[in-house]
Amino acid sequence: MIEIRELTKRYGTFTALDDISFRADPGRVTGFLGPNGAGKSTAMRVLVGLTPASAGSATVLGRHFADLTNPGLEVGVLLDASAQHAGRTGREILTLAQRTMRLPAGRVDEMLERVSLTDEEASRRVRHYSLGMRQRLGIATALIGDPRVLVLDEPANGLDPAGIRWMRDLLRGYADRGGTVLLSSHLLHEIEVIADDLVVIGNGRIVAQGTKRELLQSAGTVVRPAPGHDLGAALAAAGASWSPLAEGALHVDTEPAVVGRIAFDAAVPLVELRAADGAGLEEIFLSLTAETQREGVAA
Amino acid sequence: MTTATIEPGVEAAAPRVVRQLPRPRILSTELRKMFDTRSGFWLMVSIALTAVLATAAVIAFAPDAEQTYSTFGTAVGFPMAVLLPVVAILSVTSEWSQRSGLTTFTLVPRRGRVIAAKAVCSVAVGVVSMVLAFGIGALGNLVGPAISGADRVWDASLVDLANIVLANVLGLLVGSMLGVLIRNSAGAIVGYFVYSFVLPTLSAVLAGTQHWFRDLQPWVDFNYAQSALFNGSLTGAQWAHLGVTALVWLVIPIAVGVRLVMRSEVK
Repeated sequence: MIEIRELTKRYGTFTALDDISFRADPGRVTGFLGPNGAGKSTAMRVLVGLTPASAGSATVLGRHFADLTNPGLEVGVLLDASAQHAGRTGREILTLAQRTMRLPAGRVDEMLERVSLTDEEASRRVRHYSLGMRQRLGIATALIGDPRVLVLDEPANGLDPAGIRWMRDLLRGYADRGGTVLLSSHLLHEIEVIADDLVVIGNGRIVAQGTKRELLQSAGTVVRPAPGHDLGAALAAAGASWSPLAEGALHVDTEPAVVGRIAFDAAVPLVELRAADGAGLEEIFLSLTAETQREGVAA
Repeated sequence: MTTATIEPGVEAAAPRVVRQLPRPRILSTELRKMFDTRSGFWLMVSIALTAVLATAAVIAFAPDAEQTYSTFGTAVGFPMAVLLPVVAILSVTSEWSQRSGLTTFTLVPRRGRVIAAKAVCSVAVGVVSMVLAFGIGALGNLVGPAISGADRVWDASLVDLANIVLANVLGLLVGSMLGVLIRNSAGAIVGYFVYSFVLPTLSAVLAGTQHWFRDLQPWVDFNYAQSALFNGSLTGAQWAHLGVTALVWLVIPIAVGVRLVMRSEVK
């Protein structure tokens, strides 16, 4: 289990993390979402003790990371697959992790096989690795201690479609066996497929969190009154905020049942009424982080 | 794609007993890391090569009267004294410059233990390679006079040798110090050459031209104070010079550097 409580990280006058709190629970994959520079990596670095926090706390399995006696056996960490000594071979990097954690030497070969790196690839120096191979090596390093918690920053980067599928199955299986997975990504489709819980961060603040189902539901309702009828006034009178969509449809920030009732009471015939889940996570993501997007995308 | 590996239930498993990482394990891993990269490997090879070349050069070029053990020892020891601190520097700075520290310091969050292990390994490497240098030198002193027909002269006492080892250990610690202080490979190596070659030259020039500095030099010039270690046993005053300059140029910077390492962000 991972617990982040009222965590703040300041760099001078810049606030990278502003009082964030969330949990990642065992048996679930928690997706950590946010635009570039939102604070995902900073939060993960604070969690594993590489960056000191300005305020608040981050614990793994109920303890501060620095208090774990042999962290590699309890928390598997992959923050940046490129952060490896380019002059070492893949096998050597795994061997160093295996020795540091005091694992049997056979684990190195097991892990290489697990992440599908061949003997020939493992004896190459990391300088000559593709990003996908580095990710596999990083995953191997994270998994070698058979930890109960995984903290992975953008692990799908650089993987080919088969590799992404493999990663997804691996993490799903890991969580199903009771492991805790905290996974950051800006690949929304990936997160949407694999995550059970979501934490959305923008500009160092948490803008939404909950189960994937809850968040996708909170996307609101798409409603289309019959031509010539106006539902907007009735919605506004009922206190529901809405915005126009194409072809006379409206997007309403409440559940379909509520919108249906409002339309019924106002005697407005409808041609369409459904939960606004079509665009799914992407729509939520853009609307939640709209003001923090570099491109200034409006929802 | 192998995903079928059977593993025990992850979090459901009974809490396992996780023991503190033992110091020897961190030490042996750090020692391994000094040699397992291409640069580390070639650095050590080049040190061994220069030692052999230096011995050969003494045999070939030194006048017979100077083919003594101390000549061989000095010839072999000098390239080592220059190159070994680079081993110590890279051992520390590669964690930042190559960014392997991200893994190192997540596996061992108490960074002080890693840095201490690196320093101990550097000192060990310094001692071992000096013993090696003395061995090669002795071999040269056996072979050289045999070729030239001159008398074999064993003109270095154990105290002399111990002092030379101490000088090299100090050199390696200087490497570690620059490593923790600068935390960047290129920067620290430049810093090392300034520290070991530019500053002593400036100090010598100053001492040669300024009277007031001449008496002061032994108390402020670490390199000058160390040079006594290569010239036999030290007087009490020379030990005092060494102690004072080492405190200022080595101990205090190390303390500052370690503090920076503990508080800095590993990116």
